[in-house]
Amino acid sequence: MLLEIRGLGKRFGGLDAVKNVDLDVQEGQVTAVIGPNGAGKSTLFNLIHGFYRPTSGSVAFNGRDITHSSPHNSVSGGIARTFQTTHLFDDSTLLENVLAGRIVRSKSNVFDAIFHTPRHRRESALNHDKALEALEFCGVAEFRHDLASNVPQEVQKRTAVAMALATEPELMLLDEPAGGIPEEETTDFGNLIRSLPSRGVSVLLVEHKMSMIMDLADTILVLDHGQKLAIGSPAEIQSNPDVIRAYLGSTKDEEN
Amino acid sequence: MNALKNPRILGTLAVLVVIALTPLAFGDENYIMRVITVGLCSAIAVYGMNIILGFTGQLSLAQGGFFGIGAYAVGLLTTDFDWSFWQAFLVGVVGTSAIGYLSGLIALRTKDEYFAIFTMAIGFIIFLIISRWESVTHAHSGVNNVKFPEAGDIVDFSNPTAMFYLVFVILLVCVYITYAIRRSSVGRTLLTIRTSEDLADAIGVNVGLSKQLAFAASAFFGGLGGGLYASVVGFIGPDAATVDKTFEFLMFILVGGMGTVAGPLVGTMIVTFLFEFFQDFQAYRFIVLGPVIIALVIFAPRGIVGYLGGFIDRRARKRRIGSIRTNGQSRSDGATHTNASTRAGNSADTATTTEEEK
Repeated sequence: MLLEIRGLGKRFGGLDAVKNVDLDVQEGQVTAVIGPNGAGKSTLFNLIHGFYRPTSGSVAFNGRDITHSSPHNSVSGGIARTFQTTHLFDDSTLLENVLAGRIVRSKSNVFDAIFHTPRHRRESALNHDKALEALEFCGVAEFRHDLASNVPQEVQKRTAVAMALATEPELMLLDEPAGGIPEEETTDFGNLIRSLPSRGVSVLLVEHKMSMIMDLADTILVLDHGQKLAIGSPAEIQSNPDVIRAYLGSTKDEEN
Repeated sequence: MNALKNPRILGTLAVLVVIALTPLAFGDENYIMRVITVGLCSAIAVYGMNIILGFTGQLSLAQGGFFGIGAYAVGLLTTDFDWSFWQAFLVGVVGTSAIGYLSGLIALRTKDEYFAIFTMAIGFIIFLIISRWESVTHAHSGVNNVKFPEAGDIVDFSNPTAMFYLVFVILLVCVYITYAIRRSSVGRTLLTIRTSEDLADAIGVNVGLSKQLAFAASAFFGGLGGGLYASVVGFIGPDAATVDKTFEFLMFILVGGMGTVAGPLVGTMIVTFLFEFFQDFQAYRFIVLGPVIIALVIFAPRGIVGYLGGFIDRRARKRRIGSIRTNGQSRSDGATHTNASTRAGNSADTATTTEEEK
């Protein structure tokens, strides 16, 4: 098991943002977390990645307990993430953005940089190649010299994935990766996410676009009020009466 | 050789060559040589501020204090304790870095304006210790006859020109270190922190440790500049460590350009000369300098060097768009495509280096 979450909980004051959640993320799969707004999806991500400290429960990655590790340790351990609102370094080019994702895999220090050691040269070249490869994989290499603030939303979203990919993760947490992308482009974007496991990157994602989730995910966890409502394959989830009542039914009305 | 085609590197080299040649013009005029050499000492300390403020985005106001520690370490050790300059200098620089590292452990628990206030307090405490602890620092009577660096019979550092070149060579090293950091993953690490600490954290940057080291590095340069300053001027008083000194450094870096390689040097030399030029006006000089700085912040917020750098970037971008269009035409053919993209990649690489060398 790649990621094992057991009884995870987070209380903010008197409110249980996340309560007693169990989840297994299998290697090579796309696992999705869905739920109405405020169901605790983003909080769950922040707990896994270390931005928040859980008040109960545990998280294990590759059998190692990471419940209390900080975000940068999570990244070096192999868990990358993207944010709901696209977070990029706006005044840098896309290539520089993705190169920033290489920092965690760089070992050369100030002295390597000053004396221009072979290690530094080797690593700079490697970082550059890996960054370009990540941009190409995400289909945005042609924009690599544009400033992040000057490219369309979809390109920004893809760059965020490329930046996460550059950290060489085993698991990628995607928080609404297709949010703000026009409907007709979500299929393409879905294909990008679907292709991640073939690179050895398993995916855990939060997404609101139901059609996309149903095509994409192997397993779906439905959260409601911070608690597990159901877990199963897309088909099981679609036919689960609890889920239909709590989420699918009502969102359908809102969305149409 | 590619480096020589890069307008940023060329510009920086030009500035350095001009400064290297100043003794030819002013070699006989000790006063002017001393003003220039003191300016270079300040520039070294400003390079420290460039690392913590320019690269990492943390407004540290302790730099004047670190400068003072470096100056007093060399001053007191070479006079009261009769150490050689080099021993005192080494101890001063290492000691300042250590004090910087330790105070950073506490200071960096605060953020943004609180960090600025906290570091200003550190600077003020250092000043108070220096100006009040009479039995050790001689307080307001200062330290006289600070030793010149010893060099056997090879060079006589009591000669202003020799001293100038010593400081200049150390400054060159600082400029090079700034350049090397700027284009390496170390510099990239600091720049990610400047842009967004949360995002830096999310891509695996150890934000706390990086800030800690950047702060210690800024103290290191502060000590380096201060130690040389003490030997250049020969007499130091508590005004070497005042908070005013910090704001002077801050003005230098604002005028020159934060986060650039040449900015600290350019800003320091220009403002130092303006100060000298308006010296007869005493306190009134700020009536002239104030508006100049306000105009600069409004029209060139990234300083002189940042402004010129932006100009170079825009030109490079235009050129690149042109070359991408030419390459695009040969896309239909598979083999040419690979060639074209490799070529685009290569020209792009130089462009990236250009951008990284601000």
